[in-house]
Amino acid sequence: MLQLSQIFKVFNEGTTDEKAALENVYLDLKDGDFVTVIGSNGAGKSTLMNLIAGNLTPDVGKILIDTKDVTRLKEHERSKLIGRVFQDPMAGTAPSMTIEENMAMAYSRTRKRSFIAKGVTKSRKMFFKEQLESLGLGLEDRLNAKVGFLSGGERQALSLLMATFTDPSILLLDEHTAALDPSRAELITDKTKEIVSKNELTTLMVTHNMQQALDLGNRLIMMDKGQIIFEAEGEEKQRLTVERLLEEFQKIQGNQLANDRAILSH
Amino acid sequence: MFTALFGSVELGLIYGIMALGVYLSFRVLNFPDLTVDGSFVTGGAVAAIMIVSGYSPILATLAAVGAGFIAGSITGTLHAKGKINPLLSGILMMIALYSINLRIMGNSPNIPLMREDTIMTMFQSFWATLPFDGLMTSLFTTLNLPFTPSTWGILLFAIMIVIVVKLFTDFFLSTEVGLAIRATGDNPRMISSLSANTDRLKILGLGISNAFVALSGAIVTQYSSFVDVNMGIGMIIIGLASVIIGEAIFGKGSIFKITIAVIVGAVIYRMVVALALRVGFLETGDMKLITAIIVIGALVVPRLLENGKERRRKYRKARKIKEQYGGEKSVAATKSDL
Ligand SMILES: Nc1ncnc2c1ncn2[C@@H]1O[C@H](COP(=O)(O)OP(=O)(O)O)[C@@H](O)[C@H]1O
Ligand SMILES: [Mg+2]
Repeated sequence: MLQLSQIFKVFNEGTTDEKAALENVYLDLKDGDFVTVIGSNGAGKSTLMNLIAGNLTPDVGKILIDTKDVTRLKEHERSKLIGRVFQDPMAGTAPSMTIEENMAMAYSRTRKRSFIAKGVTKSRKMFFKEQLESLGLGLEDRLNAKVGFLSGGERQALSLLMATFTDPSILLLDEHTAALDPSRAELITDKTKEIVSKNELTTLMVTHNMQQALDLGNRLIMMDKGQIIFEAEGEEKQRLTVERLLEEFQKIQGNQLANDRAILSH
Repeated sequence: MFTALFGSVELGLIYGIMALGVYLSFRVLNFPDLTVDGSFVTGGAVAAIMIVSGYSPILATLAAVGAGFIAGSITGTLHAKGKINPLLSGILMMIALYSINLRIMGNSPNIPLMREDTIMTMFQSFWATLPFDGLMTSLFTTLNLPFTPSTWGILLFAIMIVIVVKLFTDFFLSTEVGLAIRATGDNPRMISSLSANTDRLKILGLGISNAFVALSGAIVTQYSSFVDVNMGIGMIIIGLASVIIGEAIFGKGSIFKITIAVIVGAVIYRMVVALALRVGFLETGDMKLITAIIVIGALVVPRLLENGKERRRKYRKARKIKEQYGGEKSVAATKSDL
């Protein structure tokens, strides 16, 4: 489904601001995998998402989606295959356009846009309404409301719907609940769980909430300093606890610390 | 006076087409495109040179539209592919067009179209076969109105063509591509994550915008039977003035309403200028200054009105609260009573 091999990404290479954001990352997602991604700030999680989506290109390495090499494809070319929800609720929707217009644009993601066909048609409206009803937020009665008037939670729910109702090969979620208050975040988390399992979407979800990373999905990866430092899958993941994760993290950091000391003492 | 106002309505409607073009770039694409000063003349120049060379005025007008589209797409390409800042892309294209327009006009700074067939005279000769003008004249004389326009044909022609452009704009902005163009101006990050090529959409949008501008230039040229290489100077501000006046009066609603507002804005602008020029001490040379003042007024006055409304609302509320809860002093009094 999604394969990353030998991915390297350095920002500002050769300057004093040089920053190795990803180092030798391999990742292989099978059809229907739901992978949660955790890791400290600056670990390279967003960079990983941006590389998959095509906002960034890797210095070295290959990215395959559905066995197709997309490494050289631009973002707008790849996004035929990718559904995405950003952390910022403002990022995923066009505020001065209506709910139905926003949904129409998402509906066109997988196809060639027409110069003559209307974006919002009667039959599409029905479909959008049905989809919005599944959110249970009453948005189906506000098809003509400008998205700029929606709350952050409503927008994020809409973004989630827009990213998923066209059945993407890969769904990318980058801390998509982080900007919401706890009750709204929980709602979006529940919807995510529901939509992903109903449509069996292959999903990569970054979260800073360890409990959430444990509750959701069938796989978990932990990143640090541009590398994947821990992985758990299936039953092994189910047995994990937050304590175990912290322990694991400390162990690896400790090793690293020991390594650093070793290097320094030379 | 009335004749001048009548003329400014005709002209305002024709300039309304240009204003719709400016609306597309400035508002829809969020791209401050200064190509307009050049592409307006390009439209006029292409139409004029083709007409004097004996081509049909309709073909000449269509060619002008095509030339405007190309000019706009080049501005878009400079920005999207050459990564040149939007303002600079437009300015570069604007000056490049000055030379190109001169070339188109065979290196003469103006071309008169006297005694040539134009799209206006064509419509007018068809219009003359209808009894409408005679009817209106007798109606005006029986009503004893102070003036009678010599013909309603031009006005009707202007209305028809601006409505066609308006409806085209409304329709286009509701198509799948049109929605993506609007999103390119509204949230480019979002629409490129939805598989739209924002570079291409900007180029297309600026092409259409300048095609409208050139169409307006071609019709103005045929209306006044004259094209001058300098007639585009300050055109962008006139377009912007129309958009802003329209928005100030009608507010921001659906696309259908905004496109009407922009056209009405263009007509109002022409009327204000016509009236201003009647004022004794103002001269034709003051036009640009008047334009600047109109734009500043349209930008500042709505805000002042809004502030005033807000201040009055707060004042009223403070009074009401005072009546209900008593003033601050009485609160202090009750406290000291305790
Ligand atoms: N565009 C960029 N330019 C320079 N450095 C960047 C850029 N994007 C990210 N980085 C750096 O790369 C590292 C990884 O960032 P990021 O992937 O955003 O981390 P995370 O999402 O895990 O918090 C950070 O040190 C960050 O400062
Ligand atoms: Mg991040």
